Amino acid sequence: MTGTLVTSKVNGDEVQFIADPGETLLDVLRYKLNLMGAKEGCGTGDCGACTVTLNGRIVCSCLVLGVEAEGATIGTIEGMADGNRLHPLQQAFIDHAALQCGICTPGILVAAQKLLERNPDPTEEEIRYWLAGNLCRCTGYDKIVRAVQAAAAQMRA
Amino acid sequence: MRYARPETPAEASRLLAAEPGLARVMAGGTDLLVQLKSGLVEPDLIVDIKHLPGAAMITREAGGFRIGAAVPNQALGEDRDLVAAWPGVVEAASLIGSTQVQGRATIAGNLCNASPAGDSVPALVAAGAVARVTGPNGERDVPVQQIPTGPGKTSLARGEFITSILLPARPARAADAYLRFIPRTEMDIAVCSAAVNLELDGKGVVARARVALGAVAATVLEVDVSAALVGTRLDDAALDKLAKAASAAAKPISDKRGTVEFRTHVVGVLARRAARIAYERAAR
Repeated sequence: MTGTLVTSKVNGDEVQFIADPGETLLDVLRYKLNLMGAKEGCGTGDCGACTVTLNGRIVCSCLVLGVEAEGATIGTIEGMADGNRLHPLQQAFIDHAALQCGICTPGILVAAQKLLERNPDPTEEEIRYWLAGNLCRCTGYDKIVRAVQAAAAQMRA
Repeated sequence: MRYARPETPAEASRLLAAEPGLARVMAGGTDLLVQLKSGLVEPDLIVDIKHLPGAAMITREAGGFRIGAAVPNQALGEDRDLVAAWPGVVEAASLIGSTQVQGRATIAGNLCNASPAGDSVPALVAAGAVARVTGPNGERDVPVQQIPTGPGKTSLARGEFITSILLPARPARAADAYLRFIPRTEMDIAVCSAAVNLELDGKGVVARARVALGAVAATVLEVDVSAALVGTRLDDAALDKLAKAASAAAKPISDKRGTVEFRTHVVGVLARRAARIAYERAAR
């Protein structure tokens, strides 16, 4: 296998990496760029634990090849906080105990941030549908929904 | 495995045709990467068509919409004119997978994956959509129902791939709708489904009707429902005839998601309900 030199922008920084053609963007992020926030849950696009933004849309990074990221703009959970200051969604997840084991949390935060960008005042139903591709086996989702609503309210204020 | 990112359709076609091993076209990759992961396919070459000119664009053409083969389904719902003209196609495409999958998956990919249960395919067939195919012998336009030939199989020849899909112009008082049955509320594969596309005359009488059914045969199934619907205002008798025609046309299998009996009955119910929705939309 021959690797391909790929240049992308990740969380605002230009990065370069050598990707094997069969390597997923998730593996590139985790093992070549050392961004361990995105998780592999299922590896088949069902669970959303590997959610990142790719050119402005949320995607499962396990369903993207690293070589596809040439010239792309990528956002991961590592780019969410402003230095030591947590994003309102991150703080709301802590305040509302919207996580337990935490495996799903980075993906849910990235997905929820995109929802609030597109719709600052989503209904509970809209939140649940938007996050339907982010599985959580701990919380039962209710606290996640409440946390997103609380963060949305705070961000609107 | 090698990865290629051609910049012209001719180059893409040449790469696909010249590959001695197994070549696969990649648009959104949401089916392909799952197949790679499971070892279902082991391609020697992946040809990424997202960077071909126009591949990521929806363009107006002769009153209709040409949807590039790499336009993600989420973008369909963001185009208000498209939603207004073809609400059924957009709702069908929007049902596929999660928000994350919506950011990548395409209707061209859904068509070429050739699953009998692909959600956007019945809606595209009922809409009379036409696929533009590029290959070693140039370009040809193919009605979408001629693309899938069986589960996982298409009529595309070696070196051929879809560059765009055209949804035709709409007369006034026309609309479509798509419904599927799944045992949960989202993130599932259709047990069976129905797409209905209606054109009404000025008095609210059905002038043209096309119906296509999903997951009740090896490929999407178009049913001739003119006798049941044309000339009616979609009264109960017409809807009964439609449901009977849909159930009679269905040739499903039994599997873990549904039995022959269930699919045969429910596909008629879905056709009836989708027809009502399409009619209400068209009459607005």
